[in-house]
Parts: sequence; C-alpha cells; structure tokens
Amino acid sequence: MAENVWILGIYMTKFGKHPDKDTVDLAAEATMGALTDGGVSMKDMGILAAGNLMGAGLGIGQALQKQIGQTGIPVYNVANACATGATALRTAIMAVKAGEADYGLAVGVEKLSGAGLLAGGARTSESNVYTPSGRFGAVAPVDGRIGTETMPGVFAQIGMQYVHEHQYGEAPFELFARISEKNHSHSTLNPLAAYTKKMSVEEIMGDVMIAYPNTRPMCSANCDGAAAAVVVSDSTLKKLSGEQQRRAVKVAASVLTTDPWEEACQVLPDVNTLTRNAADQAYEAAGVGPDDLDLVELHDCFATAELVHYDNLKLCEPGAATDFFESGATWRDGRTPVNVSGGLESKGHPIAATGIANIWEVCTHLRGEAKDRQIEGARLGLAHVIGLGSACGVHILEKAA
Amino acid sequence: MTQQIPLVDYLVLGDTPHLVAHECTTCGARFFDRRNACASCFGTQFATVGVSSEGELEAFTIVSFAAPGVPVPFVAGVVDCRGTSVRANVINTAPDPEHVKLGMKVRLATYSVGTDDEGTEAVGFGFEPF
Repeated sequence: MAENVWILGIYMTKFGKHPDKDTVDLAAEATMGALTDGGVSMKDMGILAAGNLMGAGLGIGQALQKQIGQTGIPVYNVANACATGATALRTAIMAVKAGEADYGLAVGVEKLSGAGLLAGGARTSESNVYTPSGRFGAVAPVDGRIGTETMPGVFAQIGMQYVHEHQYGEAPFELFARISEKNHSHSTLNPLAAYTKKMSVEEIMGDVMIAYPNTRPMCSANCDGAAAAVVVSDSTLKKLSGEQQRRAVKVAASVLTTDPWEEACQVLPDVNTLTRNAADQAYEAAGVGPDDLDLVELHDCFATAELVHYDNLKLCEPGAATDFFESGATWRDGRTPVNVSGGLESKGHPIAATGIANIWEVCTHLRGEAKDRQIEGARLGLAHVIGLGSACGVHILEKAA
Repeated sequence: MTQQIPLVDYLVLGDTPHLVAHECTTCGARFFDRRNACASCFGTQFATVGVSSEGELEAFTIVSFAAPGVPVPFVAGVVDCRGTSVRANVINTAPDPEHVKLGMKVRLATYSVGTDDEGTEAVGFGFEPF
C-alpha cells in the first residue's frame, strides 16, 4: 500500500497585474512562500514539477532553480493547458507516493495581463491562389467560418448544450449572469483576487458581450500570478514538528483524466465525461461522497462552465444543475459553497497557476486560516480544473485529524 | 462557369452540396479528418460516408469578439445531423437570440467565401433555419 501524501506548505501570490515581475520572479515568490509555509528549504526537495503554459519549452523549472537554489534534483516541466498546475502537483505527488522522493515541490506560474482574447490565429491576408492545406484541406482560415475557436465561444456552447439537453427553457442568459454574480460577490472577501468588485446581475448582463451568453465579467480574468506547493510522505511528516503536522493537509485523492471518445467530442470539446470520470475516481479513492464536501473550487473559466460542473462533480442530481444553483446551495452560506475564492471570473486565471491556487484556497479553509471568508468548520474540500484538449484534475483535500 | 473549390475537403460541391466523413467500418465512429486508428475502437479501416444535410441546433454562441480579421458578430454552433455532430456557423438569419434557438431545425447551405487571382471561387458552408 502506497503511503498517503500531504500538502506541507502552500502559497499563492496576489493575482493581478505584476508589471515589474517576470515569470521567474513570480514562481520564486510562490515557491519560497510554500517552502517557508512548510518549514522546509530547497535542500529538502527531491523533485520539482513546474508549469508555465505560455513559456512551455523554455524550462521554467530550471530557471526557477537558478533563482532560488540549484541542487541537481530532477525537474519535470509540464504543460497540460489550464490543467497545467494540477498536473505539476500530481507529478510531485506521484513521485512521493512512488517512494522516489520524501518531499516534492510543484509550481505553476503565468503572465497573462493584457493578453486579451484567447482565440485562434488572427486572419491576415489570404492567399492569392486557393491551395488546400492542413488536416481539413482548408483553402482559407476556418475560425469564424466553421464555428469558433475562441475560448468564450467554445465554453458558451458547452453551457448552452447543457441547458438544451436538460430543457431549461429559452432564457439562460440571466441564469449564467447570476452564477457570475455569486462569484463576483464572493471575491469581495478575497484580498488575493485580481478583481474584488461586487457586480449586480444587471451590470453583468449589460457589460460588453464577448460570446453570448458570456459577457466580459462572466469570462475568466487574464492576469499574472503563481502558486506553489510542497508535498510530503506520511512517514516523513511523522518526523516533523507538531505544528507542521497540525497544519498539513491530507491529499485524500489526486486524479488526472483525459477525455475518452464520445460522439461529438472531436467537434465540440467534451469537458463533461472526463470530469465525471475524475470525480468518480476521486470520491472512491477518498472514501467520501459529494455530500461530505464543505467547499468546492471548480473551473469556472466562464460562467457557462460552472453550471455543467455542478452536475459533472455530482454536487447535484444528474440534470439538476440549474435547480441546484437556484436553491442557493453554491453561495458561501449554502449547502455546498462553490468558488468562495471568487473563482476564475474574479480571482483571475493565470493559467498554469490556477490548478495549485485552487488547492491553496481549499487548504487555507481546512487550516482555518481564511479569515473573513473562512467556511467555518471546513474539514473536506475539492479542487477541480479542466484544460481543453482535454485534461481534468480533481484533488480532494482533508484536514489533519 | 467559374471554377469552384470547397473551403474544406469534407465539403462536396455539385448539384447537392453535402458533407462527408471518414467512418470507422468496425464501430461507425465518424471523423472529419484523417485517423490512423479509430479513437473509439482502434479499428484501422475507414469508409467515406455522406452526412445528413439536415439537423437540429444542439448548441450555439453568438461571437462578438474574435481574432483580428474575423468579422463579428456570427453564430457558431453544433448541429446534430441525424446522429453526426457537425461544427458550423448558423447563417442566413439574424445573429441574435430572438432568431437563433436551441433545438431549431437547420439545413446545410453554401456561400461564396471569395475568389482568388485565378478566378477560382472558394465555397463555404453553414446551416440555415428552415
């Protein structure tokens, strides 16, 4: 039986604009924060897993070591779209679980301020003589002619498909805006969020339309940020101080899935099946059910995405995500608070940092250190990310006994 | 007559323009571009099959912000063409939620994308309500 793995130290930087810091500076701040939080140093680390999606291929892990300490340990530079941070963490967890390292370090960092719309390539001058090229033998760019490659548009369709399949009528715009209202309201209590402004449904619906029904405040905020975590094996944790053991958070489940083949999954990305599979595996590994969760941080890259993940993570009965939301369950005073951090729509979404920052949020509540936004008595939480392509990370975290 | 070329190779022009797909001969899974093996059953034999030109709009979005050079607004969606899902724009209707409805019946329609220096016209496709 493999050992349990614990989060010993964890840290997230303020999300937002950091014009004076580069990715290495931000990764270093997060990493040193996590090491200090865990009461350990680079000298203790046996493996480093690092992610920086926009700089994938440049070796953020090695650059980080040069900034804070080179010890010759193996580095795994990982990239898995928006699940990059969760992938880095899972890589470190696997190394510790396999007994190859006593301590593992995971970090995710991104500089995205001002990046604008994440879309397909710009359409510049088209060829003077039509020549089929690429996998579809296209003679001209297809983005905008055969559907959309913009992220807000892709996830808008995912939400609309859910509404259609479950026959929730013809006016989902306000429903999605109210989900966004919840997350923006939650963000007012999170000093590390990029945006902390409460917004009314009217303001959200009246803001700039990006891809119906997603207006600008219903889209994840591009920003800069980093997060890092130190993980440790059971047996190593037992040798540490009482304070370190008390604040350690148990990784009750760590799961990564990809999308299995389904009809249409290569036409519109299927973010549902792989999330459902990951949730099932995580609940089984942790020996808990969705009703046991005290809080959930899920991947609300767009307001339209949050709705489908209530269902995918089994927080509600199948097909009942709208009713579940309407019941108030996902507000911070509800039965299953979702995205009390403010979510990606207001906290921000520095891509590779997100899959560790959501773990930080859950751990901070389980440790009872979330101050004004503390979910009282939180003992069990779940963190979820989706990277299109697709990859899904689900972690279930449990307070130390 | 002007020479025509389809926007993509899975659009077949002619008297009745239609889409085609590579269908796995073992399990029937369909793909619009090439596969070495079926993503569903790993079979390696594929046949070219026609896709129904009529369907229902399963999901849509009205894109107001797109990459530079892409005209907006436009309606992007997924059409369930009698069991085969197709990515396409909804065309020949106003791009607003009053005219575009989930579940509405649509059919394939073609339009001119442009003409190149040799006089060849590129023809694209979308789905229109009917």
